[in-house]
Amino acid sequence: MTEWPLWEIFIRSQHGLAHKHVGSLHAPDSEMAIKNARDVYTRRNEGVSIWVVKSADVTASSPGEKEPLFEPANSKVYRHPTFFPMPDEVKHL
Amino acid sequence: MYAQMVDTGAKRLRTSEEMSPEERAFQERIDADIKIEPKDWMPEAYRKTLIRQISQHAHSEIVGMLPEGNWITRAPTLKRKAILMAKVQDEAGHGLYLYAAAETLGVSRDELIADLHSGKAKYSSIFNYPTLTWADIGAIGWLVDGAAIMNQIPLCRCSHGPYSRAMIRVCKEESFHQRQGFDIMMTLCRGTLEQKAMAQDALNRWWWPSLMMFGPPDADSVHSAQSAQWKIKILSNDELRQRFVDQTVPQADYLGIKVPDPLLKWNDERGHYDTSPIDFEELYNVVKGNGPCNRDRLRTRVKAWEEGAWVRDAALAHAEKRAARSARKAA
Ligand SMILES: [Fe+2]
Ligand SMILES: [Fe+2]
Repeated sequence: MTEWPLWEIFIRSQHGLAHKHVGSLHAPDSEMAIKNARDVYTRRNEGVSIWVVKSADVTASSPGEKEPLFEPANSKVYRHPTFFPMPDEVKHL
Repeated sequence: MYAQMVDTGAKRLRTSEEMSPEERAFQERIDADIKIEPKDWMPEAYRKTLIRQISQHAHSEIVGMLPEGNWITRAPTLKRKAILMAKVQDEAGHGLYLYAAAETLGVSRDELIADLHSGKAKYSSIFNYPTLTWADIGAIGWLVDGAAIMNQIPLCRCSHGPYSRAMIRVCKEESFHQRQGFDIMMTLCRGTLEQKAMAQDALNRWWWPSLMMFGPPDADSVHSAQSAQWKIKILSNDELRQRFVDQTVPQADYLGIKVPDPLLKWNDERGHYDTSPIDFEELYNVVKGNGPCNRDRLRTRVKAWEEGAWVRDAALAHAEKRAARSARKAA
Protein backbone atom coordinates (compact mmCIF):
# COMPACT_ATOMS: atom_id res chain seq x y z
CA MET A 1 0.00 0.00 0.00
CA THR A 2 1.17 3.56 -0.62
CA GLU A 3 2.58 5.68 2.17
CA TRP A 4 0.69 8.67 3.57
CA PRO A 5 2.12 11.87 2.07
CA LEU A 6 4.68 13.93 3.95
CA TRP A 7 3.74 17.35 5.38
CA GLU A 8 5.94 20.20 6.56
CA ILE A 9 4.80 21.66 9.85
CA PHE A 10 4.99 25.33 10.83
CA ILE A 11 4.13 26.54 14.32
CA ARG A 12 3.52 30.03 15.66
CA SER A 13 4.85 29.81 19.18
CA GLN A 14 3.32 33.06 20.49
CA HIS A 15 1.00 35.74 19.25
CA GLY A 16 3.00 38.33 17.38
CA LEU A 17 5.68 35.93 16.13
CA ALA A 18 5.94 34.36 12.68
CA HIS A 19 5.22 30.69 12.02
CA LYS A 20 8.43 28.68 12.10
CA HIS A 21 9.26 25.36 10.48
CA VAL A 22 9.52 22.68 13.18
CA GLY A 23 9.69 19.42 11.23
CA SER A 24 7.60 17.07 9.16
CA LEU A 25 5.22 14.15 9.50
CA HIS A 26 3.05 11.78 7.47
CA ALA A 27 -0.72 12.12 7.33
CA PRO A 28 -3.47 11.14 4.87
CA ASP A 29 -4.82 14.69 4.52
CA SER A 30 -4.35 18.24 5.81
CA GLU A 31 -6.87 17.85 8.60
CA MET A 32 -5.10 14.80 10.01
CA ALA A 33 -1.75 16.51 9.47
CA ILE A 34 -2.87 19.30 11.82
CA LYS A 35 -4.14 16.80 14.40
CA ASN A 36 -0.90 14.82 14.24
CA ALA A 37 1.17 18.01 14.40
CA ARG A 38 -0.72 18.93 17.57
CA ASP A 39 0.37 15.63 19.14
CA VAL A 40 3.91 15.51 17.78
CA TYR A 41 4.99 19.15 18.03
CA THR A 42 2.91 20.91 20.70
CA ARG A 43 2.78 18.57 23.69
CA ARG A 44 4.16 21.30 25.95
CA ASN A 45 2.29 24.42 24.82
CA GLU A 46 4.76 25.15 22.06
CA GLY A 47 2.19 26.77 19.83
CA VAL A 48 -0.88 28.91 19.31
CA SER A 49 -1.27 28.17 15.57
CA ILE A 50 -0.28 25.41 13.13
CA TRP A 51 0.26 25.53 9.36
CA VAL A 52 0.74 22.36 7.33
CA VAL A 53 2.07 22.27 3.77
CA LYS A 54 2.51 19.19 1.60
CA SER A 55 6.28 18.64 1.29
CA ALA A 56 5.82 17.95 -2.42
CA ASP A 57 4.45 21.48 -2.83
CA VAL A 58 7.55 23.15 -1.43
CA THR A 59 9.95 24.57 -4.00
CA ALA A 60 13.41 25.09 -2.56
CA SER A 61 16.46 26.88 -3.90
CA SER A 62 19.25 24.46 -4.64
CA PRO A 63 22.58 24.68 -2.84
CA GLY A 64 24.27 24.88 -6.25
CA GLU A 65 22.55 28.21 -6.89
CA LYS A 66 23.83 29.68 -3.67
CA GLU A 67 26.37 31.97 -5.37
CA PRO A 68 24.21 33.52 -8.12
CA LEU A 69 21.36 33.94 -5.64
CA PHE A 70 23.09 35.39 -2.62
CA GLU A 71 26.46 36.68 -3.83
CA PRO A 72 25.05 39.95 -5.27
CA ALA A 73 24.12 41.11 -1.77
CA ASN A 74 27.73 40.83 -0.58
CA SER A 75 28.96 43.79 -2.59
CA LYS A 76 26.15 46.07 -1.42
CA VAL A 77 27.52 46.96 1.97
CA TYR A 78 25.84 50.39 1.78
CA ARG A 79 22.58 48.60 2.60
CA HIS A 80 23.74 48.41 6.21
CA PRO A 81 23.56 51.48 8.44
CA THR A 82 27.10 50.83 9.70
CA PHE A 83 28.40 51.79 6.20
CA PHE A 84 27.82 55.44 7.12
CA PRO A 85 30.00 56.63 10.00
CA MET A 86 28.28 59.39 11.94
CA PRO A 87 29.98 62.04 14.04
CA ASP A 88 29.72 61.39 17.77
CA GLU A 89 28.15 64.79 18.49
CA VAL A 90 25.17 64.04 16.26
CA LYS A 91 22.43 62.22 18.14
CA HIS A 92 19.36 60.22 17.15
CA LEU A 93 20.66 58.86 13.82
CA MET B 1 23.70 3.55 22.78
CA TYR B 2 20.33 3.99 21.12
CA ALA B 3 22.47 3.41 18.04
CA GLN B 4 25.06 0.75 18.82
CA MET B 5 27.83 -0.54 16.55
CA VAL B 6 26.81 1.43 13.48
CA ASP B 7 28.67 0.20 10.41
CA THR B 8 30.35 3.03 8.46
CA GLY B 9 31.72 0.78 5.72
CA ALA B 10 35.21 2.15 6.46
CA LYS B 11 38.23 0.02 7.31
CA ARG B 12 40.39 3.04 8.07
CA LEU B 13 40.36 6.82 7.76
CA ARG B 14 41.27 8.25 4.38
CA THR B 15 43.77 11.08 4.13
CA SER B 16 42.85 14.39 2.58
CA GLU B 17 44.92 13.48 -0.53
CA GLU B 18 42.95 10.29 -1.07
CA MET B 19 39.64 12.15 -1.12
CA SER B 20 37.95 13.46 -4.25
CA PRO B 21 37.71 17.27 -4.45
CA GLU B 22 34.01 17.05 -3.53
CA GLU B 23 34.74 14.87 -0.55
CA ARG B 24 37.54 17.14 0.59
CA ALA B 25 35.26 20.18 0.42
CA PHE B 26 32.64 18.21 2.37
CA GLN B 27 35.12 17.26 5.09
CA GLU B 28 36.33 20.88 5.29
CA ARG B 29 32.77 22.06 5.89
CA ILE B 30 32.39 19.53 8.68
CA ASP B 31 35.72 20.56 10.20
CA ALA B 32 34.48 24.17 10.13
CA ASP B 33 31.30 23.10 11.99
CA ILE B 34 29.03 23.91 9.06
CA LYS B 35 25.91 21.71 9.14
CA ILE B 36 25.13 19.39 6.26
CA GLU B 37 21.56 19.96 5.03
CA PRO B 38 19.30 17.66 2.98
CA LYS B 39 20.06 19.07 -0.47
CA ASP B 40 23.83 19.39 0.07
CA TRP B 41 26.25 16.98 -1.58
CA MET B 42 27.42 14.23 0.76
CA PRO B 43 29.52 11.08 0.32
CA GLU B 44 27.42 7.97 -0.17
CA ALA B 45 29.00 6.33 2.90
CA TYR B 46 28.07 9.31 5.10
CA ARG B 47 24.48 9.13 3.87
CA LYS B 48 24.21 5.38 4.37
CA THR B 49 25.84 5.44 7.80
CA LEU B 50 23.49 8.21 8.94
CA ILE B 51 20.44 6.32 7.69
CA ARG B 52 21.62 3.34 9.72
CA GLN B 53 22.36 5.42 12.81
CA ILE B 54 19.26 7.64 12.79
CA SER B 55 16.88 4.80 11.96
CA GLN B 56 18.40 2.62 14.67
CA HIS B 57 17.89 5.51 17.05
CA ALA B 58 14.26 5.96 15.86
CA HIS B 59 13.54 2.23 16.18
CA SER B 60 14.89 2.32 19.74
CA GLU B 61 12.46 5.09 20.68
CA ILE B 62 9.56 3.12 19.23
CA VAL B 63 10.49 -0.33 20.57
CA GLY B 64 11.42 1.38 23.83
CA MET B 65 7.74 2.14 24.38
CA LEU B 66 6.99 -1.57 24.79
CA PRO B 67 8.70 -2.38 28.11
CA GLU B 68 7.17 0.76 29.66
CA GLY B 69 3.78 0.36 28.01
CA ASN B 70 3.64 -2.96 29.83
CA TRP B 71 3.06 -1.04 33.08
CA ILE B 72 0.60 1.66 32.01
CA THR B 73 -2.43 -0.37 33.03
CA ARG B 74 -0.76 -1.44 36.26
CA ALA B 75 0.76 1.81 37.49
CA PRO B 76 0.22 2.09 41.26
CA THR B 77 -1.72 5.40 41.17
CA LEU B 78 -3.64 7.50 38.68
CA LYS B 79 -0.92 10.16 38.92
CA ARG B 80 1.82 7.66 38.05
CA LYS B 81 -0.29 6.33 35.22
CA ALA B 82 -0.80 9.79 33.70
CA ILE B 83 2.93 10.54 34.01
CA LEU B 84 3.93 7.24 32.44
CA MET B 85 1.53 7.77 29.53
CA ALA B 86 3.00 11.23 28.91
CA LYS B 87 6.50 9.76 29.00
CA VAL B 88 5.67 6.96 26.59
CA GLN B 89 3.91 9.42 24.29
CA ASP B 90 7.10 11.53 24.26
CA GLU B 91 9.05 8.46 23.12
CA ALA B 92 6.65 8.05 20.19
CA GLY B 93 7.35 11.70 19.35
CA HIS B 94 11.11 11.09 19.52
CA GLY B 95 10.74 8.20 17.11
CA LEU B 96 8.80 10.40 14.71
CA TYR B 97 11.29 13.31 14.80
CA LEU B 98 14.04 10.83 14.04
CA TYR B 99 12.25 8.98 11.25
CA ALA B 100 11.59 12.35 9.61
CA ALA B 101 15.30 13.23 9.89
CA ALA B 102 16.24 9.89 8.29
CA GLU B 103 13.75 10.44 5.47
CA THR B 104 15.57 13.63 4.41
CA LEU B 105 18.42 11.28 3.42
CA GLY B 106 16.32 9.71 0.69
CA VAL B 107 14.82 6.64 2.35
CA SER B 108 11.08 6.11 2.82
CA ARG B 109 9.29 5.53 6.11
CA ASP B 110 7.97 2.21 4.85
CA GLU B 111 11.47 1.02 3.94
CA LEU B 112 12.73 1.98 7.41
CA ILE B 113 9.93 0.11 9.11
CA ALA B 114 10.30 -2.92 6.85
CA ASP B 115 13.97 -3.10 7.82
CA LEU B 116 13.08 -3.07 11.51
CA HIS B 117 10.49 -5.79 11.06
CA SER B 118 12.74 -8.04 9.01
CA GLY B 119 15.48 -7.75 11.63
CA LYS B 120 17.84 -6.05 9.18
CA ALA B 121 17.84 -2.83 11.19
CA LYS B 122 18.71 -2.93 14.88
CA TYR B 123 17.45 -1.10 17.94
CA SER B 124 19.11 -0.64 21.30
CA SER B 125 19.96 -3.83 23.18
CA ILE B 126 18.47 -2.40 26.37
CA PHE B 127 14.87 -2.83 25.24
CA ASN B 128 15.27 -6.57 25.04
CA TYR B 129 15.14 -6.89 28.81
CA PRO B 130 11.82 -7.46 30.60
CA THR B 131 10.09 -5.07 33.02
CA LEU B 132 9.19 -7.43 35.84
CA THR B 133 8.13 -5.02 38.59
CA TRP B 134 6.99 -1.42 38.97
CA ALA B 135 10.50 -0.55 40.20
CA ASP B 136 11.75 -1.37 36.69
CA ILE B 137 9.84 1.66 35.41
CA GLY B 138 11.77 3.76 37.93
CA ALA B 139 15.06 2.16 36.94
CA ILE B 140 14.41 2.68 33.23
CA GLY B 141 13.67 6.39 33.62
CA TRP B 142 16.62 6.91 35.93
CA LEU B 143 19.23 4.74 34.20
CA VAL B 144 18.13 4.18 30.60
CA ASP B 145 16.88 7.70 29.94
CA GLY B 146 19.85 8.96 31.94
CA ALA B 147 22.22 7.08 29.63
CA ALA B 148 20.29 8.29 26.59
CA ILE B 149 20.65 11.93 27.69
CA MET B 150 24.38 11.43 28.15
CA ASN B 151 24.62 10.25 24.54
CA GLN B 152 22.13 12.66 23.01
CA ILE B 153 23.43 15.95 24.41
CA PRO B 154 26.67 15.82 22.41
CA LEU B 155 24.70 14.71 19.32
CA CYS B 156 22.90 18.08 19.35
CA ARG B 157 26.21 19.34 17.89
CA CYS B 158 26.49 16.65 15.19
CA SER B 159 27.21 17.60 11.58
CA HIS B 160 23.85 16.64 10.07
CA GLY B 161 21.32 19.47 10.36
CA PRO B 162 18.08 17.45 10.59
CA TYR B 163 19.59 14.95 13.08
CA SER B 164 21.01 17.69 15.28
CA ARG B 165 17.69 19.56 15.31
CA ALA B 166 15.84 16.36 16.22
CA MET B 167 18.32 15.78 19.06
CA ILE B 168 17.76 19.30 20.42
CA ARG B 169 14.01 18.68 20.62
CA VAL B 170 14.54 15.27 22.18
CA CYS B 171 16.96 16.56 24.80
CA LYS B 172 14.49 19.25 25.89
CA GLU B 173 12.01 16.49 26.75
CA GLU B 174 14.33 13.89 28.24
CA SER B 175 15.10 15.37 31.61
CA PHE B 176 11.48 14.95 32.67
CA HIS B 177 11.89 11.24 31.82
CA GLN B 178 14.94 10.81 33.98
CA ARG B 179 13.47 12.75 36.88
CA GLN B 180 10.18 10.86 36.92
CA GLY B 181 12.24 7.63 37.06
CA PHE B 182 14.37 8.86 39.93
CA ASP B 183 11.22 10.04 41.68
CA ILE B 184 9.78 6.52 41.48
CA MET B 185 13.03 5.10 42.89
CA MET B 186 13.05 7.68 45.68
CA THR B 187 9.49 6.88 46.66
CA LEU B 188 10.24 3.16 46.77
CA CYS B 189 13.45 3.67 48.73
CA ARG B 190 11.61 5.75 51.34
CA GLY B 191 8.84 3.14 51.58
CA THR B 192 8.64 -0.23 53.28
CA LEU B 193 11.53 -2.70 53.38
CA GLU B 194 9.86 -4.68 50.61
CA GLN B 195 9.57 -1.58 48.42
CA LYS B 196 13.21 -0.71 48.97
CA ALA B 197 14.18 -4.30 48.14
CA MET B 198 12.22 -3.96 44.91
CA ALA B 199 14.22 -0.85 44.00
CA GLN B 200 17.48 -2.68 44.78
CA ASP B 201 16.40 -5.64 42.66
CA ALA B 202 15.62 -3.34 39.71
CA LEU B 203 19.04 -1.68 40.01
CA ASN B 204 20.66 -5.12 40.15
CA ARG B 205 19.03 -6.17 36.91
CA TRP B 206 19.34 -2.86 34.95
CA TRP B 207 22.83 -1.73 35.94
CA TRP B 208 24.93 -3.86 33.59
CA PRO B 209 22.57 -3.69 30.61
CA SER B 210 22.61 0.12 31.05
CA LEU B 211 26.41 0.18 30.88
CA MET B 212 26.28 -2.02 27.77
CA MET B 213 23.99 0.51 26.08
CA PHE B 214 27.05 2.63 25.36
CA GLY B 215 28.32 -0.07 23.01
CA PRO B 216 31.55 -2.12 22.82
CA PRO B 217 34.78 -0.83 24.37
CA ASP B 218 36.63 1.74 22.27
CA ALA B 219 39.37 -0.74 21.42
CA ASP B 220 36.82 -2.92 19.62
CA SER B 221 34.88 -0.11 17.95
CA VAL B 222 36.18 -0.24 14.40
CA HIS B 223 33.81 2.36 13.00
CA SER B 224 34.22 5.05 15.65
CA ALA B 225 37.09 6.88 13.97
CA GLN B 226 35.16 7.45 10.76
CA SER B 227 32.03 8.50 12.65
CA ALA B 228 34.09 10.90 14.74
CA GLN B 229 35.69 12.44 11.63
CA TRP B 230 32.21 12.98 10.18
CA LYS B 231 31.06 14.39 13.53
CA ILE B 232 28.13 12.04 13.81
CA LYS B 233 29.66 10.58 16.94
CA ILE B 234 31.10 13.17 19.28
CA LEU B 235 32.33 11.26 22.34
CA SER B 236 33.61 7.68 22.47
CA ASN B 237 31.69 4.77 24.01
CA ASP B 238 34.08 4.45 26.95
CA GLU B 239 34.09 8.19 27.66
CA LEU B 240 30.30 8.32 27.77
CA ARG B 241 30.12 5.15 29.88
CA GLN B 242 32.59 6.57 32.40
CA ARG B 243 30.63 9.81 32.68
CA PHE B 244 27.48 7.82 33.26
CA VAL B 245 29.05 5.75 36.04
CA ASP B 246 30.52 8.84 37.70
CA GLN B 247 27.18 10.61 37.65
CA THR B 248 25.01 7.67 38.68
CA VAL B 249 26.92 6.10 41.60
CA PRO B 250 26.38 9.11 43.93
CA GLN B 251 22.67 9.03 42.99
CA ALA B 252 22.45 5.38 44.03
CA ASP B 253 24.25 6.32 47.27
CA TYR B 254 21.61 8.97 47.89
CA LEU B 255 18.87 6.40 47.37
CA GLY B 256 20.66 4.07 49.78
CA ILE B 257 20.83 1.20 47.29
CA LYS B 258 23.96 -0.54 46.08
CA VAL B 259 25.37 -0.66 42.55
CA PRO B 260 25.84 -4.41 41.90
CA ASP B 261 29.60 -4.28 41.30
CA PRO B 262 31.90 -5.61 44.04
CA LEU B 263 34.92 -3.90 42.45
CA LEU B 264 33.30 -0.48 42.10
CA LYS B 265 35.66 2.02 43.73
CA TRP B 266 36.48 5.70 43.48
CA ASN B 267 39.94 6.13 41.98
CA ASP B 268 41.43 9.34 43.35
CA GLU B 269 44.27 9.37 40.86
CA ARG B 270 42.02 9.12 37.80
CA GLY B 271 39.25 11.19 39.33
CA HIS B 272 36.78 8.52 38.20
CA TYR B 273 35.11 5.37 39.47
CA ASP B 274 36.74 2.06 38.54
CA THR B 275 34.36 -0.77 37.67
CA SER B 276 34.60 -4.51 37.11
CA PRO B 277 35.16 -5.55 33.52
CA ILE B 278 31.89 -5.63 31.57
CA ASP B 279 30.69 -8.89 30.07
CA PHE B 280 30.40 -7.74 26.46
CA GLU B 281 29.56 -11.27 25.31
CA GLU B 282 26.11 -10.58 26.74
CA LEU B 283 25.82 -7.41 24.65
CA TYR B 284 26.87 -9.16 21.43
CA ASN B 285 24.44 -11.93 22.16
CA VAL B 286 21.50 -9.58 22.75
CA VAL B 287 22.35 -7.59 19.61
CA LYS B 288 22.39 -10.86 17.66
CA GLY B 289 18.78 -11.44 18.70
CA ASN B 290 19.20 -13.71 21.70
CA GLY B 291 18.22 -11.39 24.55
CA PRO B 292 15.35 -12.29 26.87
CA CYS B 293 12.72 -10.34 24.87
CA ASN B 294 14.02 -9.88 21.29
CA ARG B 295 11.48 -12.16 19.64
CA ASP B 296 8.60 -10.84 21.70
CA ARG B 297 9.43 -7.19 20.92
CA LEU B 298 9.58 -7.73 17.17
CA ARG B 299 6.47 -9.87 17.16
CA THR B 300 4.57 -7.10 18.97
CA ARG B 301 5.78 -4.44 16.52
CA VAL B 302 4.92 -6.50 13.44
CA LYS B 303 1.50 -7.34 14.84
CA ALA B 304 0.72 -3.67 15.54
CA TRP B 305 1.84 -2.74 12.03
CA GLU B 306 -0.18 -5.43 10.33
CA GLU B 307 -3.30 -4.94 12.39
CA GLY B 308 -3.14 -1.19 11.75
CA ALA B 309 -2.89 -1.62 7.97
CA TRP B 310 -6.63 -1.26 7.37
CA VAL B 311 -6.66 2.02 9.30
CA ARG B 312 -3.84 3.46 7.21
CA ASP B 313 -5.49 2.29 3.99
CA ALA B 314 -8.92 3.55 4.98
CA ALA B 315 -7.62 6.98 5.97
CA LEU B 316 -5.86 7.30 2.63
CA ALA B 317 -8.91 6.12 0.66
CA HIS B 318 -11.07 8.60 2.56
CA ALA B 319 -8.65 11.46 1.84
CA GLU B 320 -8.57 10.56 -1.87
CA LYS B 321 -12.34 10.39 -2.10
CA ARG B 322 -12.72 13.79 -0.46
CA ALA B 323 -10.06 15.34 -2.68
CA ALA B 324 -11.83 13.96 -5.78
CA ARG B 325 -15.17 15.31 -4.55
CA SER B 326 -13.85 18.83 -3.98
CA ALA B 327 -12.07 18.74 -7.37
CA ARG B 328 -15.42 17.89 -9.02
CA LYS B 329 -17.11 20.74 -7.19
CA ALA B 330 -14.47 23.18 -8.32
CA ALA B 331 -14.78 22.08 -11.95
FE1 LIG C 1 13.43 9.24 23.94
FE1 LIG D 1 13.12 9.23 27.17
